[in-house]
Amino acid sequence: MSNAKTISEKILSQHAGKDASAGDVVVCDVDLVLGTDASAPMAIDYFERMNGERVFHPDRVMFALDHYAPPSSPKTAGFHDRVRAFARQHRVELNEVGAGISHQIAVETGRVVTGDLVIGADSHTVTAGALGAFATGVGSSDIAAAMITGKVWLRVPETIRVEITGQRASGLTAKDIALGLVAELGPEGANYQALEFHGEALGTLTVEERLVIANLAVEAGAKAAIVPHDELTAAYLAGRTDRQPVSVEADHGARYARTVTVDLSASTPLVALPHAPDNVVALDRAVGTPIQMVFLGTCTGGRVSDFHAALAVLERGGGRLAPGVQLVVTPASREVYLHLVADGTLAKFGAIGAVITTPGCGACCGTSGAIPGDGVNVLSTANRNFNARMGNATASIYLASPEACAAAAVTGRITDPASIG
Amino acid sequence: MTREIVGRARRLGDDINTDYIVTSARKRDSLDETVLVRYLLETLDPEFAASVRPDDILVAGRNFGCGSAMEIAVTVILAAGIRAVVAQSFARTFYRNAINNGLIPIECDTENIAEGDTVTIRFGDDRIEVENARDGFVVVGRPMPPFMHDILKAGGLVGYLRLAASEMRSPTR
Repeated sequence: MSNAKTISEKILSQHAGKDASAGDVVVCDVDLVLGTDASAPMAIDYFERMNGERVFHPDRVMFALDHYAPPSSPKTAGFHDRVRAFARQHRVELNEVGAGISHQIAVETGRVVTGDLVIGADSHTVTAGALGAFATGVGSSDIAAAMITGKVWLRVPETIRVEITGQRASGLTAKDIALGLVAELGPEGANYQALEFHGEALGTLTVEERLVIANLAVEAGAKAAIVPHDELTAAYLAGRTDRQPVSVEADHGARYARTVTVDLSASTPLVALPHAPDNVVALDRAVGTPIQMVFLGTCTGGRVSDFHAALAVLERGGGRLAPGVQLVVTPASREVYLHLVADGTLAKFGAIGAVITTPGCGACCGTSGAIPGDGVNVLSTANRNFNARMGNATASIYLASPEACAAAAVTGRITDPASIG
Repeated sequence: MTREIVGRARRLGDDINTDYIVTSARKRDSLDETVLVRYLLETLDPEFAASVRPDDILVAGRNFGCGSAMEIAVTVILAAGIRAVVAQSFARTFYRNAINNGLIPIECDTENIAEGDTVTIRFGDDRIEVENARDGFVVVGRPMPPFMHDILKAGGLVGYLRLAASEMRSPTR
């Protein structure tokens, strides 16, 4: 039988120190452990209950205070103090309130390189797969065990091969590609499986766009979403890290569970309707839906290119918000925030009337920041629109690209951004 | 070794995400599952938490526990006295968190189980089955790798690691 391997099989074999194939349960060395203020407090409890005394590799652990940034209650401020004390005691990197979302910090500060095994106690840890790492979400107990032992148990997943083909249709964004993929796979279409991206058009997607697609893969249940290393990856990593990326390629003849093709020439702008990210329709079909709150941010849609794209649409639309629309802007990280300050983008958002909030998860999961009012329709660049997700069960959340969100901010309704200006 | 659990089925649908099990916004006030258990599944049914009895068994459709990887979604179910969840399928992060906390996740055909049915789970190393007392119908659960059985037998990852540490210290090994 052929021993040709997928990228997931290769990375997990390397980290388990033995030959492993899909279906095997292996114990792997971990390159990076991510914890947030939403998951690290519980992980610290587990660490203590596991009789943890020291962190095995302090330099391979990173915490970010991102979900309650700034703290939204005395209790959440207390979570922060607990995480700070643990980080200090064990000499673990702590990203303070305002530093941003763990997933964004991990990629932009060079903590993740191609070939790494990353676990994080947050489902959107898959984001780092855009750099060619095997990055997967786990629970708090798993990161506690990994802090103590340096290891994690994993079942080696089967892989779905995603072929990106075709010349990109005008106006098509990474968010549309990602929502289309989630809709095609369905909410558990990639459960227990990894996605591996290939195809002649993959090279036309920027690293920021790949991060959007890898991020949303978990909405189809994917365990990891891996974009193979190429010159764009190398250019992104250059200057961010001294570590040498280990380029991992899939073997010829590797076995895939199936192949899904995404033809960029045949794709159109999309929107996810309440209350599930796979509840996707063509943007055209949702045009006219009244919107009272627009949220630009998160580990999906909170990067520099997202805010530039949104601002361009806002400016084409006259640089004014529709009456009754609240626009909330939350950069994914301080690096993003400072970039947007330096190039004048945030000043323009401010002048337009946006509420600009602390870098972090912001309004995404109702833990901090702007909570929608009763009955409000929200259009958001986030990745999840479950009922009550933003902290109000009577609000309805729609998901779309930064461009479509900006268009709705201008008109007060879901609007095709191509029709603005 | 076969563990037997008998309980009342609490019927849920497909794609029950962890935010529905316990909403993130509630975590602003507490991370204590004995407090958060008051809000178990409140977005779906505000009366649910008050109606739960110890030894109830959650019976769901496809993709149970999708969305956020938050482990509190498992510990809050345990805090309600529920020891097993039976579903057509599980999202992988919930499945993992269940095993790591000693909550038994059983993947099997659940179509025949209705709200209030008395179900008997026989959870063995080699065979997992769920019997419905209403009609005597038995469904076989998807097998689980031995490694996951070992973690469950230890009561979760805490017990598993403590056991591993004590075995390493033991002079007989």
